[in-house]
Amino acid sequence: MTTTLTINGEEKTFDASVDTPLLWVLRDILGMTGTKFGCGIAQCGACTVHVDGKAVRSCVLPIGLLGHRNITTIEAIGTSAVGASVQKAWLDLEVVQCGYCQSGQIMAAVALLLETPEPDDADIDAAMAGNICRCGTYLRIRTAIKQAATGQKS
Amino acid sequence: MSITKAVAAKCPDASRRSLLTGALAAGFVFAFHLPVSAAEPPQPMDPADGTFAPNAYIRIDQAGQITLIMPQVEMGQGIYTGIATILAEELDADLEQVTLRHAPPDEKVYANPLLGVQATGGSTSVRAFWTPLRKAGATARAILVKAAADHWQVTPESCSAAKGAVLHKESGRRLSYGELAVAASKLTPPGDVAPKDPKDFVLIGKSLKRLDTPDKVNGKVIYGIDTMMPGLKFATLAQCPVLGGKVAEVDDRAMAKIPGVRQIVALDDLVAVVADHTWAAKRGLEALKITWDEGKNANVSSGDIWDHLRAGSEADGVVAKSVGDIAKGLAEGDRFNASYEVPFLAHATMEPLNCTVHVTPNSCDVWVGTQIIARALSVAAKAAGLPDNKVTIHQHLLGGGFGRRLEVDMIEVAVRIGRKVDGPVKIVWTREEDIRHDIYRPVYRDSISATLSAGRVVGFRYRVAGASVIARWLPHAFKNDIDIDAVDSAVDTPYDIPNFQVEYIRVEPPAVTTGFWRGVGPNNNVFAIECFMDELARKVNKDPVAFRRGMLGKTPRLQHVLDLAAEKSNWGQPLPPRVGRGVSIQPTFNTSIATVVEAEVDSGGNVQIRQVTLAVDCGIAVNPDSVVAQIEGGMIFGLTAALYGEVTLDKGRVQQSNFHDYRMLRIDQVPKINVHLVKSGDAPGGIGEASVIGGPPALRNAIYAATGVALRRLPIERQLIAEKKSWL
Repeated sequence: MTTTLTINGEEKTFDASVDTPLLWVLRDILGMTGTKFGCGIAQCGACTVHVDGKAVRSCVLPIGLLGHRNITTIEAIGTSAVGASVQKAWLDLEVVQCGYCQSGQIMAAVALLLETPEPDDADIDAAMAGNICRCGTYLRIRTAIKQAATGQKS
Repeated sequence: MSITKAVAAKCPDASRRSLLTGALAAGFVFAFHLPVSAAEPPQPMDPADGTFAPNAYIRIDQAGQITLIMPQVEMGQGIYTGIATILAEELDADLEQVTLRHAPPDEKVYANPLLGVQATGGSTSVRAFWTPLRKAGATARAILVKAAADHWQVTPESCSAAKGAVLHKESGRRLSYGELAVAASKLTPPGDVAPKDPKDFVLIGKSLKRLDTPDKVNGKVIYGIDTMMPGLKFATLAQCPVLGGKVAEVDDRAMAKIPGVRQIVALDDLVAVVADHTWAAKRGLEALKITWDEGKNANVSSGDIWDHLRAGSEADGVVAKSVGDIAKGLAEGDRFNASYEVPFLAHATMEPLNCTVHVTPNSCDVWVGTQIIARALSVAAKAAGLPDNKVTIHQHLLGGGFGRRLEVDMIEVAVRIGRKVDGPVKIVWTREEDIRHDIYRPVYRDSISATLSAGRVVGFRYRVAGASVIARWLPHAFKNDIDIDAVDSAVDTPYDIPNFQVEYIRVEPPAVTTGFWRGVGPNNNVFAIECFMDELARKVNKDPVAFRRGMLGKTPRLQHVLDLAAEKSNWGQPLPPRVGRGVSIQPTFNTSIATVVEAEVDSGGNVQIRQVTLAVDCGIAVNPDSVVAQIEGGMIFGLTAALYGEVTLDKGRVQQSNFHDYRMLRIDQVPKINVHLVKSGDAPGGIGEASVIGGPPALRNAIYAATGVALRRLPIERQLIAEKKSWL
């Protein structure tokens, strides 16, 4: 059936059954491949996007639940001040290795900073433990989140 | 690693221009947009248009665009930046001026000089290409300088080069490399041009920004799995849950109701569903009723595999190295024996296996990220029933490799499916399929016998039993029944022991195909040897650092990093109860590393890693920050395996399937990792895999120090620690 979603501020209309997870609509139907498939069962966080500013796992989120909520993906996260500061911190600190999980890491980090502008280590643990990085960039992710938080303040 | 010694003689000449021109003119060059390249010009690589193409790696066109061709693949390790830095250093260009391209499949031109095949693995990239890239850069620079000097009618010696231009200081004249491209392309390359003296390096040794990462933070980077094109269909597949089984029957009656499903492809050994998007394909596959012919592995379980390996490990092995007289050495003093075992491991790259293909009667296009592109081309051609020259491999950045993408099964399977599909099709493996049909790191069993006399080791026999990955993957390097990878870091032992022997016993497991896994053979060698060294030290009441140090007289680099790691980790300082420090040393991949892990154990056997300290001498660090990043990440990769990694079989089926039961360390579990790089002028060593190896034995030795429980298997046996609570 025809569905319309608001993605990165634009209305996108497409044909898919209501049980289709948002991930596959983004990637396969809309061609927005920045959001990644990692596990399909909300275990790794590679597919993280924002729904009304909150981090969600798009691999298990049926589009029928979304209605008119605002969806943000990695492709547009840099247009917000927090998103841009996170991307900058990621590059400044050379967080990224293979990069495959980093769309999800960045989306999770931005959601954290929107909720908690000055997170401590426990906040970071709680917000980021759902995102696996096989290259092991966790230490730099932690530092980068703190730098992004400071950058926001100044 | 020792593979490199065995095949080095096969290294082709990477600068043969005629071969290169042929390959490139055929269109086998694929741009990706790094760092800032605009749209791909139509024929950017054809030297006939005045592009300066002095060797396999460098192209400079008349517009001044400097293109560097990457002979090794980028899978996160930072090698594209490393290679570009080495070339730019010798070429006297800036990294801001260069655009990078993946090398095309061509074993003659782009083979890894240390592996003899066009492969990225074994932590060889910088070691293998250090000299060829420097020579390539230096030679290109010399030609450009000559072109400028000829034009100005001055001597080359009176000219200098910097930032992509030649200068004549005396007259203040300057010509950019672009302006010199046509003239340079007409000059005959000079003979042997000496690369720079390392003291003159301006790029190498600096932590320059990585070139591949900007597009990895905004969703723009395209991995193989992101391939899109008009008319693309999406597929996912199921292989028999029992390894090696076949398809018996497919009942598709329930599938017809799934919207978006287009086609079932049932082959001898797998079933794929092709659909308008991956979700429909996945649902369609789930709706199929597949009856499998489980075949001969239907009753193989992990217990059988271990029984088989343990029985096989009792034999005498083939001697891979012998020093002194092992029989005499083992007859002296007090003798101790121990055996260590490590499990099958999956790779679990974050980018699940995938491959996009478009097969027609006359062509086969393959979009994939692979560590072994020329082999990928061969297997695709064979599966398509086409000659090699009808196949095009579109290479991508890799969302993790770790050895999994040194295999080509995902490409072969995709082409076989693609032959049945009209138009392009992307085949994505579910995570479950990826983990259950991996090509696993072998199980190994290491049996060590050693003798101690007057507090010193006088005899040491190390015997490793396990599958030979080399025999399957690089058969010509499997000689005299010795797998050179399986014994690599035992043969290269740093310890000065008078009577020392290394033996290998090939024991292939039933049912399971085994492959390379980040850290390869040295993971296993170093784990067993370093665990046993701690047990020996305890026999003679010696401190583990001091005990090792006394045997490192012939390896001063390793002795130095051991001292440094001990100092930086506060080795010997008091610790709270249930906390221990453990040490491990390794000479792997021409890099010397000492690791100290500090860990805390609770009465349930749960282990918390408090911190890790490493001292690392990898020779010249082309990009020190990338080296540190590899060490941090590799440490977490190794510790993940030590704490959780194990693939098991039940009735021929892999029991793990996804990240809930094949666990990874997460951000809330990772310790602080303190890395101390030793400044060195030696040629670079490997780092991407060296960094994985030391964590597991150092962790195990920390637990040993905290509890006295001598664990001899991986992953860490919490149950065993909890049971032996006498240490509390």
